[in-house]
Amino acid sequence: MSLADGVRGDLKLTGLHKRYPNGFVAVQSLDLVIPQGSFFALLGPSGCGKTTTLRMVAGLEDVTKGSIHIGEQDITTAKPYKRPVNTVFQNYALFPHLTIAENVAFGPKRRGVKDPKGSVKEILALTELTEQANKKPAQLSGGQQQRVALARALINRPDVLLLDEPLGALDLKLRRAMQIELKRIQEEVGLTFVHVTHDQEEAMTMADTVAVMNEGRIEQLGAPYELYTNPHTTFVANFLGRTNLIKGTVLGREGSGADEVVKVDMHGTVASIKASRVHTDAKEGWVGIRPEKVLIQPEGQAIDAPGAALSGAVVVDVSYIGVSTDYVLRMPWGQEITCFEQNTGRRGGLIPVGTKVDVSWRPEFAFLLDSAQDAEAGIVEED
Amino acid sequence: MITRLGSWIGKHLMLTLGILVLIYMYVPNMIVALMSFNDSSQSRNLYTFQAFTWDNWLNPCEPQGMCEALQVSISIGLLSTIVATTIGTLAAFALVRHRFEGRSTMNLMLFLPMATPEIVMGSSLLALFVAAGFGGQLGFWTILIAHIMFNISFVVVTVRSRLAGLDSNLEKAASDLYANEWQTFWRVTFPLVFPGILAAALLAFSLSFDDFIITNLNSGTTVTFPMFVWGAAQRAIPMQVNVIGTLMFIIALAIVIAGEVMSRRRAKGKAAAF
Repeated sequence: MSLADGVRGDLKLTGLHKRYPNGFVAVQSLDLVIPQGSFFALLGPSGCGKTTTLRMVAGLEDVTKGSIHIGEQDITTAKPYKRPVNTVFQNYALFPHLTIAENVAFGPKRRGVKDPKGSVKEILALTELTEQANKKPAQLSGGQQQRVALARALINRPDVLLLDEPLGALDLKLRRAMQIELKRIQEEVGLTFVHVTHDQEEAMTMADTVAVMNEGRIEQLGAPYELYTNPHTTFVANFLGRTNLIKGTVLGREGSGADEVVKVDMHGTVASIKASRVHTDAKEGWVGIRPEKVLIQPEGQAIDAPGAALSGAVVVDVSYIGVSTDYVLRMPWGQEITCFEQNTGRRGGLIPVGTKVDVSWRPEFAFLLDSAQDAEAGIVEED
Repeated sequence: MITRLGSWIGKHLMLTLGILVLIYMYVPNMIVALMSFNDSSQSRNLYTFQAFTWDNWLNPCEPQGMCEALQVSISIGLLSTIVATTIGTLAAFALVRHRFEGRSTMNLMLFLPMATPEIVMGSSLLALFVAAGFGGQLGFWTILIAHIMFNISFVVVTVRSRLAGLDSNLEKAASDLYANEWQTFWRVTFPLVFPGILAAALLAFSLSFDDFIITNLNSGTTVTFPMFVWGAAQRAIPMQVNVIGTLMFIIALAIVIAGEVMSRRRAKGKAAAF
């Protein structure tokens, strides 16, 4: 196990740049440190450069500029088979002519492990594949093949395990089960996992840290909670969940330190936004509020939020989903915003379409984004 | 009775048709096998079955020159198969795996010899050999050169299709799992492409063994097995030709069955764990 036990350390990408021969720039000067032992997700829409980044780390794609280090070791130009890195491929890429056990033993054998039987047995048990050891990949279900791909990589105990959309080919139910399974295995083996996905829910449930990528750059990096509650760009706000963006004019700042707020005028109503949640210096901005943070009441009734409420909104659509109800509201200036309300039973029914409502939220949940950014950036169709 | 037979045929139409097609395809082989046991010394009419005998099988080389011709055909077949399979396989890898200037032209030019009528290719080759001053040396080597030439196209096409169907991620996965270029080729690429190479080699051998037109034009005084049969057919085909024909058929059948058994066993995953 000399290769895997040698270095160990953080995965460090410095000024990583990828330009394809046809001129397409997939990754632009990426700087990233992925701490050893963490579960890290690269999240973004297709074509954002996340898979290219992964393949550069694996050595399957040449680096145009920049460097890749694991700990102190520079692996930028190392051959793929000389890197302490293994990949779980999107389509699994299992060797069809070898049995499951042979597939799993492939890595150890190439590294000169004389008798890998013991470790093969161990890893097959960990991934619940003992029964399948002597079968061929074609005889296995999608979920089982996925676990073989994982076992084949894990057995080498690489410094970094790369997962390229590993759950993309599975159906929803299996995907949920495998998310928990992957998380469990990562905690058990304690290796660095770098997970590439376009599924924001998958990234948020599994990863300790998520980097949201767009057009070859990292838009924002942080813990899932931080990314969701305090997005820095419209892209992140829209790509992770849904958001309402209301045009506002900055009036000025009040208070200081942790209590500093920015006053914003939204079509005549003034809102206060914490300075730590303001991500623009311009005069104009997008006031962002997540649909589940939006509070509504029929006109004139009290809302459980301090400060002024936006009035004159009309309910134009109601979707009852059981646990919650989605309301679409038309604001006096014509914009439609959404509101998700938990069906706690307090309201004792639904607000009918056509009702005039007041709209508000707790000020600590709002955020302010650069108005030069596209309000539609990062919106994806649900799949 | 007749209506019952009719309804049976109706119910089993696909099966009936299939059996009829198979009979149509295999009757000639059966006749050849049967005739290999024909005692032709009894009569002058060689194409009817006279009496049963083992003589043809016991003395297959009795007709003068036949086994020499057979030997020439087998030697040329094996040599041209080895050379054409090697060159063709390498060419197929180049065409599938690398993007280079003139790749599509190369694809077309490899296909052309297959589409060219044999008589055209044979006479062109003859003209070439004579023009190059080999007019007096026509024989084994000129036949071999001709056979390698037309076999390469067939090998490239066969291996290329197998290679194109191979997921290139498998090789990436191998190199990700610590296999160097050499190990990746021998552990992953070659085993997966091998059925294609084997099929190409079998095709090349049978094309070479079979060829008459190109061979006849470029053979000088050398006689191959098809040429011997053709020559003999002018007078009277010796019954031993049927022995050789039956033998070739049995060998081909054995290879196909062996391949089928191997692939079935592989599909069942009966291979040992390590």
